[in-house]
This record gives sequence, structure tokens and C-alpha cells, in this order.
Amino acid sequence: MDLSFSPQEEAFRQEVLGFIAEAKPKLPQKLGAPEQARLSKDDYLIWHRLLFKKGWVAPAWPKAFGGADWSVTQRYIFSTEIAKAGMPTTLPFGLGMVGPVIIAFGNDAQKKKFLPRILSGDDWWCQGYSEPGAGSDLASLRCRAVRDGDHYVVTGQKTWTTLAQYADWIFCLVRTDPAAKPQEGISFLLIDMKSPGITVKPIVILDGAPEVNEVFFDSVKVPAENLVGDENKGWTYAKFLLAHERSALASASRSRAALARLKAIAKAEQLDGAPLIRDPDFAHKLAALEADLMALEFTELRILSQEAKGEKVGSESSILKVAGSEIQQRVADLAMEAVGYYALPNDMSLGDNEAVGPDYARGLAGRYFNLRKASIYGGSNEIQRNIIAKAVLGL
Amino acid sequence: MDFSFSEEQNLLRNSLSRYLADHYSYEDWRKFTASPEGRDPRHWRQFAELGLLAAPLPEEHGGLGGGAIESMVVMEEFGRALVVEPFVPTVVIGGGLLMNAGGALAEEILPKIAGGETILAFAFAEAQGRYNLADLATTAKKQGGAHILNGQKSVVLGAPWADTLIVTARTGGARREPGGVSVFLVEKGAKGVSTRDYAAMSGLRASDVGFENTPARLIGEEGAALEPLEKVMDHAIAAHLAEANGAIARLMAATTEYAKTRKQFGQPIGKFQVLQHRMVDMYIAQQQALSAGLMANLKLGDTDGSRAVSAAKAAAGKYARAVAESAVQIHGGIGMTGELDVGHYFKRLVLLETLYGSPDHHLRRMARLDQ
Ligand SMILES: Cc1cc2nc3c(=O)[nH]c(=O)nc-3n(C[C@H](O)[C@H](O)[C@H](O)COP(=O)(O)OP(=O)(O)OC[C@H]3O[C@@H](n4cnc5c(N)ncnc54)[C@H](O)[C@@H]3O)c2cc1C
Repeated sequence: MDLSFSPQEEAFRQEVLGFIAEAKPKLPQKLGAPEQARLSKDDYLIWHRLLFKKGWVAPAWPKAFGGADWSVTQRYIFSTEIAKAGMPTTLPFGLGMVGPVIIAFGNDAQKKKFLPRILSGDDWWCQGYSEPGAGSDLASLRCRAVRDGDHYVVTGQKTWTTLAQYADWIFCLVRTDPAAKPQEGISFLLIDMKSPGITVKPIVILDGAPEVNEVFFDSVKVPAENLVGDENKGWTYAKFLLAHERSALASASRSRAALARLKAIAKAEQLDGAPLIRDPDFAHKLAALEADLMALEFTELRILSQEAKGEKVGSESSILKVAGSEIQQRVADLAMEAVGYYALPNDMSLGDNEAVGPDYARGLAGRYFNLRKASIYGGSNEIQRNIIAKAVLGL
Repeated sequence: MDFSFSEEQNLLRNSLSRYLADHYSYEDWRKFTASPEGRDPRHWRQFAELGLLAAPLPEEHGGLGGGAIESMVVMEEFGRALVVEPFVPTVVIGGGLLMNAGGALAEEILPKIAGGETILAFAFAEAQGRYNLADLATTAKKQGGAHILNGQKSVVLGAPWADTLIVTARTGGARREPGGVSVFLVEKGAKGVSTRDYAAMSGLRASDVGFENTPARLIGEEGAALEPLEKVMDHAIAAHLAEANGAIARLMAATTEYAKTRKQFGQPIGKFQVLQHRMVDMYIAQQQALSAGLMANLKLGDTDGSRAVSAAKAAAGKYARAVAESAVQIHGGIGMTGELDVGHYFKRLVLLETLYGSPDHHLRRMARLDQ
């Protein structure tokens, strides 16, 4: 048993730190504090492009497709250091979702057409899985694709599609065989968002931002060459992708960074003439939260070492989703509590006007409300618990 | 022992809930809270017509002679409809402080409150003071016959709609000392008043307010306001607990209703046992919050009244949050939208949890009052 990283891994960390020192001054400050500001498409892409130039934008992709081809440990070191430095994450839809699916199941033409533009940031992707009637029960989806010669005709609706308003492409699960069992009649289709017949309608969520959308398809013609893998095998690819989505390690390092910001706030805030952080009640809550976070960091490391040894990590990643999302939510809650009355006006739904009260209070309540999503999306925490009960505990 | 309401109180509740159902629908609410004014002034006049604003005030000042239970009834209905109008600052706090003080000022202002001719906002919080009513940097000095006010107040709820402010300030003593706290009445249009208006969560409006040599009229005794203030704040908290219970009732109903109709995996999600238990926990929390609210309201003025109010505030805050977070979780994605009312009730409950002291603050007060 040994906690330390190898000399090569340590050297890698130094390289990452060097890059961070160089890149940080080029990033607008707001990118590092997600509670502070609403990000535009360009904001998201600044960081993406810096990483692309460095060759680091796709840590897990094979070299042959322009990835960094890092080991799991390297990926962990990278994302942890990035979070610690208060740098943003890249969006997962292209790099972490559709990219790996195309690499694993796409044909050569698809690889050539799509992968380079995902890497460069020229194409923005969104995820078209959920529908009004198909959330947790994703396999009941109804958005229909009918083959007609050399194309499909897609009709139906997707919803909760994150940042679809910026998207050039959407990867969709569509029903191609309504007669088959639900899981067996689904296909994985890549759709150009500029296709005639697509309408995007924004949905404003609790923090006031239009983070998600409804996407309507009215007889949209999609070239058959945009089908990934085999027709009616989409569920297999979707499950592959969901596993990717869940094993996104290093949510702990994001919470660690948020906790550091919270501590700074608690030092600045006053209670009865002393810094809030010295109040025994508040300090106790902060410590209890950090204790849970420290345990989570080691849960991540345990899973990481398993993965590094090449052992299959499956449903254990559901543990990270549940524990990680709950800790994220608690940090946001305590940050809102820390600023007392100045939480009340600083809900982002109230507009982008400058902060009322201290600058650090800005957006904290909005962040708390926004992060209620963390226990709902990516497979709700109830669904994750069902998975653990069945697949891990054998119940 | 009898927890039933009187006939008058039931009448008050019924006429108010009918009015709100007819004129204060969620669709209306969305419209007027998004308007520049943020409210529809017609409602305040109607509240006066319905006798709400007079209900808890004494008859000799134009009131109907009720008290805390009347405020409780009003606020519970207000909570159900997410009402934004400042009943508590105007009637409970303003009315309460003036009743306490008596005299010419009470005679002048109380009938105006009862008649809906004035809206008050309570300017007490300061950036450094958190929930401590005595932690004041705002000062008042006597100059000739009147007082002159200087300082800054934070997040004064309802201030953009108010014509008059009730302001706490130090007339003596050191920062945070109980002695030397005074309360004043200030015209919002008076010299040296500056405001920065903004929206606050769940459809409310608020202002940061500055005073520069602003003339102010003293309410009650100079330097001895903290004790009456604490009493009146107990009333205000008890009223807001009722408001929270109205909001909780709405979340409870919306959630169980949704769980019965939303289907996943071929069945209503309410059939999943984890969700059933979660809704049962919501229900238990609701019942406990109701009890806490009643306890606070019925014990007002007792020797252990303040302790009961703090106990109720701390406990109910926790219950309300649990109900609200569960309501969103059980609604899934739809619960995250700004369009559904659930999120706005959630925000109202978070606001009420903070207003007049967080659960931690009230647990500390409770512990202190035990010694
Ligand atoms: C901010 C946000 C962003 C999102 N982004 C995307 C995106 O980009 N692309 C996309 O495709 N989707 C996205 N989603 C959708 C998300 O994946 C779904 O919201 C999620 O799958 C839950 O589905 P639902 O909202 O329909 O809730 P439902 O499935 O209706 O669930 C309602 C409640 O029932 C519970 N429940 C359901 N089934 C069970 C069960 N068997 N046992 C116990 N409890 C159960 C759930 O846990 C939840 O509490 C996003 C959602 C949000 C909130």
C-alpha cells in the first residue's frame, strides 16, 4: 500500500503545473468560479482552444485520433490540478460522450469527419437522450426515425438538452423499430442542428439561466451515413456512453476548489465582530463537510487505483455520483448560508447586474439552486441507488 | 385545550383564500413579479378592503382587535399564494412597534396602516451585523427637537414599495451593546435617503438604503428599543412561520399529485417505495413545521415565548428545506425549471429560513435563553 505517485507521474504533475501557470493569465477570471457568472459560447471555448493547442483537450482519446492518450492516473492528476487552480472544465458532450462513441463504434468516414472538429472546438455537440416521457426510463423514448432511401426522417422531441442553443450537432437516441422490445429498437443518430425542421426552445432553470432546451424535430432529413454502428443497436452505445458519463472522476477536486472559495468567504464575513469562520457552529459544519469530502477523495483514489490496474470499474462509479453530487450540493448550500442576507438578492435569475453586497456573494444562491440538478441528471441519485442495490449488493 | 379557529378567523381565512384564488393566480404572479413595479398595487388596496391589514390591530386605532392568530391566518394564506406584499413589515413590525410605543405617532400611523394608506419596510440589517439586531453602525443624533440619521442598511425587503421606513440605529452605547438601540420612522422621500433597488428571490423586491443626515422620528424610548424590538420580532417570526407552512402545503400537494400522475417504467413514480418514504418524510416534516408554527404563535408573550419562537424558527427552517429539496428532486427535471411554481416556493422557503435569523442563530438564542 503506497500513497505516492511514481516519479514519472510526479514529473507529469510538474508539467501540468507549468502549463497552468502559463495558461491562467490568459483566462478571464470568471471561468474559474462557476457561481459568479453566466458563460457565453466563446467563454467556454477559450479554455477548450488553449487545451487544443497544447494537445491536451482530449486526455482519454488515443493518439491516433488526436488525443493525449493519458493513463487514468495522469487524467486524474490533470483534472485535480486544474480544479485546484480554479480553472474550468471542458464540456463533456463532444469530448467525453459522442467522441468516444464514434471512436469505439463509428466508421472511418465518421471518424474523419467529426473527430477533428470536436477537438478543435469547431463543432459544438449536445446530447439528445431525454424526452418529456422518457427520463429515468430512457428506453421508453419515442422520437422516431424512419428510413427512406439514403436518409432517415426524424420526428419527435428531445428535452433538457444542455446548451443546445449553441450546438452545431446533436447526438440522438431515436426509435427505429417500434415493434421490437424497447431496448432493441433504438439507434444512435448524429444530426446537424442546422437541418430544416429543427426548432430549439430554451428552458430557464432555477438560477434564471437558459441552460437547457427543448429540441423539436419535424420531419428532419438525416443522411443515413450519420447512423453510428448498426441500426437498432443504439442502446448498447448509449450504455457505453452512460458509463463514461458516470465515471467522470474528480468531482471531489471541484468540490475541493469550491470549499476553498467558501473558506475565503467565511473569513471575510462577520459574526458578532469576528470572522464567521471562527464561529464554532459554522466551523463545525465546515469541518463536517470537509471530512466527508476527504473520504470522497480517497474513494476516488481507490477506484482510480483499480482502474489503473486495468480492473473493470462498473457500478462503483455510481457511488461517486451519489456521494459526489451530495457533497457538491452541501458546499453550495453552506456558501449561500455564509453570506447571510446577501444571498437573497444574488440569485442569478435576477439578472446579470453587478453584485449587491460583497462581490463574492454574487450568484451563490443561484449556484445552490442550480446544483439541485446534480442529483437529478446523469441518472438520478435514486436510479444510481437502484443500480448499486442490484449490481453491487446483489439485492 | 382547543386548536380550532374562531368563526371570525375562519371567515377571514375564507374570504382571503377566495380573493387569492380569483385574483392572485400563479399566472398573475408571474406577470406582475416580472413587471418593472414588481407588484400590482390593486392588491394592497384589496387587502385593506378585506380587513386583513386591520385584523390584528387594536380597535382604538382603526383595527379590528385581533392579534397574532389573525396574522397567522393571513400569512398562511399568503404563503400558499406566494404573496409578495409586505404585510409583516407593515402590520406586524410597524404596527407592533407603534402599539408598544403608543403616543401621537401611534395615533397618526396605525389608522393609516389599517386602512392600507401606507406601506412600511423594516431597515434593520447591516453588512457586518448578520442576524444580531444590536450590531449597528447606523447612528442617530438628536438635533434640536428631531433626530438625524446616518448609516447604511442591507437587503431591506419591500423597500421599493414602501413610503416609510422603520430604521434601527444607535443613539448610544458601543457596537453590539444592548443599551443604546433606538428605532425610528423615516419618510423614504426624506432628505439624504438613497436607495438601490433590486429583485430578491421568490418575487420580492428589496433595497440597500443609505442615510445621510436624514431627519427621523423616534418610536418609543430612546436607547431602550432592543427589548420591545425583540418582542415584535418574535411576532414577525411567528407570522413568517405560518407563511412557510402555507408554502410547504403547496409543495406537498404539488409533489404528491405529480407522483401520482408522472409515469416511468410503466407505473406512476409514486409507486416506487423510496419515493413513497421520501414523501412520507415530507409529510412528517410538514406536520412538525405546522406544530412548531402553532407553538410559536400561541406562546407569544409567555415568559418562555421567545424561546419557543427560536425553537420553532430553527426546527421549521430545517423541515421546510427538507420538504423543498424533496419536492424538486421528486419532480425531476421539471422541478428545475423556472416555469413551474415549485421552484419559487422553494426559494421563498430558503428566504424565510434566513430572514430574521438562520436556524443556527436561533438555536444559539434558544440556548442562551435557557441559562
Ligand atoms: C440541468 C439538467 C440538464 C440536463 N441535461 C441533459 C442533456 O444534455 N441531455 C439529456 O438527454 N438529458 C439531460 N437532462 C435530463 C436528465 O437526464 C433527466 O432529468 C433525468 O434522467 C431524470 O428524468 P426526468 O427529469 O424525466 O425525471 P423522472 O424520470 O420523471 O423522475 C422523477 C423522479 O422519480 C424518480 N424515479 C424515477 N424512476 C425511479 C425508480 N425506478 N425508482 C426510484 N425512483 C425513481 C427520479 O429519481 C426522480 O426523483 C438534464 C436534466 C437537468 C435537470
